[in-house]
Amino acid sequence: MKHVSILALLIALVSTGLVVVFQNAHLTPTVAATQALAVDDLFKLEFSIAAVILSICLVTLVYSIIVFRRRADDEGDGPPIHGHTFLEAIWTLIPLAIVVALAIYGALVLADITRAASSQPELEVKVSASQWSWRFEYPQYGIATSQLELPVNGPVVFKLHGTDVIHSFWVPEWRIKMDAVPGMETVLRITPTKVGKYKLLCAELCGLGHAFMEAPVAVVEEADFLNWVKAQPK
Amino acid sequence: MTILFSLGIVRGIIWGLASGGVAAGIVMAIRSGLGLPMWSPGPVTGVAALVGTLGFLTGLGAFNYWLEWALGRQKEEHHADQPRWRRYFGFDTNHKTIAIQYMVTSFLVIVVAGIYQLIDRLEVSAPGMQYISPGTYNSLMSLHGIMMLGAVLLGVSGMINYLVPLMIGARDMAFPHLNALSYWVTPPAVLLLLVSLPAGGFDTGWTAYPPLSARAPLGMQFMLLAFYLVGWSSILGSINFLTTIFKMRAPGMGLFRMPIFVWTALSTAILQLIFTQFIAMAFLMVLLERLLGLVFFAPDKGGNVILFQHLFWFYSHPAVYIFVLPGLGVISEVLPVFARKPLFGYAAVALSSLGIAGGGAVVWGHHMFAAGIEDVLRVPFMITTLLVAVPTGVKIFSWLATLWMGKIRLDTPLLFALTAIVVFLVGGITGVPNGIVPTDLHIHDTYWVVAHFHHTLFGGFVFPTMAAVYFWFPKLTGRFLNERVGKLHWAVMTVGFFITYLPMFWLGLNGMRRRIADYDPTLGLGPMNMVATIGGFLIALAMLLFFINLVVSLWRGAPAPANPWRSQTLEWQLSSPPPDENFSAPPRVVGPPYGYGTPGSIHAVVAPAGGTANKGA
Repeated sequence: MKHVSILALLIALVSTGLVVVFQNAHLTPTVAATQALAVDDLFKLEFSIAAVILSICLVTLVYSIIVFRRRADDEGDGPPIHGHTFLEAIWTLIPLAIVVALAIYGALVLADITRAASSQPELEVKVSASQWSWRFEYPQYGIATSQLELPVNGPVVFKLHGTDVIHSFWVPEWRIKMDAVPGMETVLRITPTKVGKYKLLCAELCGLGHAFMEAPVAVVEEADFLNWVKAQPK
Repeated sequence: MTILFSLGIVRGIIWGLASGGVAAGIVMAIRSGLGLPMWSPGPVTGVAALVGTLGFLTGLGAFNYWLEWALGRQKEEHHADQPRWRRYFGFDTNHKTIAIQYMVTSFLVIVVAGIYQLIDRLEVSAPGMQYISPGTYNSLMSLHGIMMLGAVLLGVSGMINYLVPLMIGARDMAFPHLNALSYWVTPPAVLLLLVSLPAGGFDTGWTAYPPLSARAPLGMQFMLLAFYLVGWSSILGSINFLTTIFKMRAPGMGLFRMPIFVWTALSTAILQLIFTQFIAMAFLMVLLERLLGLVFFAPDKGGNVILFQHLFWFYSHPAVYIFVLPGLGVISEVLPVFARKPLFGYAAVALSSLGIAGGGAVVWGHHMFAAGIEDVLRVPFMITTLLVAVPTGVKIFSWLATLWMGKIRLDTPLLFALTAIVVFLVGGITGVPNGIVPTDLHIHDTYWVVAHFHHTLFGGFVFPTMAAVYFWFPKLTGRFLNERVGKLHWAVMTVGFFITYLPMFWLGLNGMRRRIADYDPTLGLGPMNMVATIGGFLIALAMLLFFINLVVSLWRGAPAPANPWRSQTLEWQLSSPPPDENFSAPPRVVGPPYGYGTPGSIHAVVAPAGGTANKGA
């Protein structure tokens, strides 16, 4: 039992340390949309669980190879332990409970980030992705542009499609991405929360110019957005 | 010259080139007869490649046995009079020869595919295009992917071929001629993959999603044909593995007395047999779309783009488990021997392989969370994906419990197995955010995924294969690999691995997309990419040490006794290397495979080459 107590203590220490590190390290980019906030909360939970599991396994492994090393002259065998039903049940059932809980939480977050905002009308933007450029249509205003400009704190619904091959719409600060597929329309909902300049990147390999398929994104105050709309050719 | 021409492979190459040339001529003649332009690269090279492959196999003598049988003239088999080295260059039906052919081919492909990616890693070690064009980058990256996967399939077949008959006490595989045929289909496939680059390469990645793959250069077609051939090899091989495991076990070898490696081989073979046809079909459909203008996926003509992804991942996700399960089996073999303890929870570990295979069969949709599949499909696929973590966890916890209280000796095979456990563990844990839809929508198609699956493949295949080579090399050759070089190899490779792939998790979270030849300097991704490149070259250095160790030890390694590690499984009860026909009489299996610590416990009684039964270790 001495080994088990020392091991438990070490695991507690290491996993606490790792959890603190993962919670405080800035592992993801700036949060610039309500959806990004929900996704980051989920990331933090996943990283904490990962830290604990990693600690349990790594500490046990390192402890074993240090403490249970064979002496050079020892040709004997270890104890003939073939298994332990209770222990095996524990390490089957606890992970099962964890993954079921994670799946439920994940499904709730998914419902949250894909739901249409009910409080205010959505701004619709039709996105056409082509080798190797982006085009944005604002049907409510009758304009079409090659850069994406959006009012801050207003819900946006992107209706995506590809004109030639598959592309994918990703602004890392907004977290969630969606493919732009030829022959069908896909939907992505974002509510930008932070004024600033971002980059839209194509995340699905689309041929020669894939690496360079970007478009500028600007999130501005609502008044600035309306001025920008007026300045666009109809 | 006569010696040269008597080698099967030389005759095969001559026949292959001749028949391929004739086929190309016939296609061109037909085309001009139909009033079409005579030269069209797609149809001409496609038919030439397939006919050439058949010609190669015919010249090699792959069909002689069946031809003779069909003509009613069964020939006596004779290879014992051949010098040893010659069997590796011809149609030899011994499972140990075929295993070595598989392994050597696999290592050669790994070297080429590794060099391809080193070039690409150099290119992305800093922002800006410095050495190669984006087109070359894409081709090298795509070929790296498909060639490595081919190499892993070959390596897995090699390990299974060598070990399964020995471990279950059989003289050979159930269908030796089929076995040799499934190997010899692969050299033409490798050739086609090598030709793909000069034929224009392709820019789709190994996933070959249409519509991009339908319009990619000619190199695409060579890749599709090559993987089609590898698929044949896989399916034929799996029939053999399954039959061998179910029908050729020695007396007393109940299913629950089989070494765990055999369980993993069984799970792998089931997956190969059921699922390989789907990627073959998907690739064939792309080929037909390219060559004959049939419509399956073309959206502007009523095709469905997503259909391909379903067919592709329906194989390619289970394929991941084909790649890693035998490696996990190797870990389960190595740990008990070097911890001198029975494998903890044998039955659970054995069944977890089937659990992983079964669960892994219904998770393919998690590759498509951002692809525009129906919303109702995302949550079910998330649940099945996360459930696979449970049997995987059982394996890892059981390994740790095997080490606990053991008498551990850190020889090179165990060192590699330990690295494999840690790397596979990290690969598993980092798969969870990929399995959960909202977080996957951020990291999908980024370097996070690249880091994650390289962890699973290094942890499930590369490091276990290294453990396997250091462990079984004395059995294969009768010589040890050099232990000090081995430890150096292990240290450089382990450090190099983490330096390469840990930064990629951060890169992926922070905006580094997959499969990009260049990236925006303002994203600040340069330094971490440089670190990853340095790590990549460390891995290459480790591989160099490994190959030097292999070649030098083959000539000058210390002689190995029959059972240097004091293992109880059957292969170690034979001489090193084992006799041609393995067992002079069927061994009698009398106990569990890992009875360490119980005095007098033995796994099997093996009759020596010409005497009375002696007891195993």
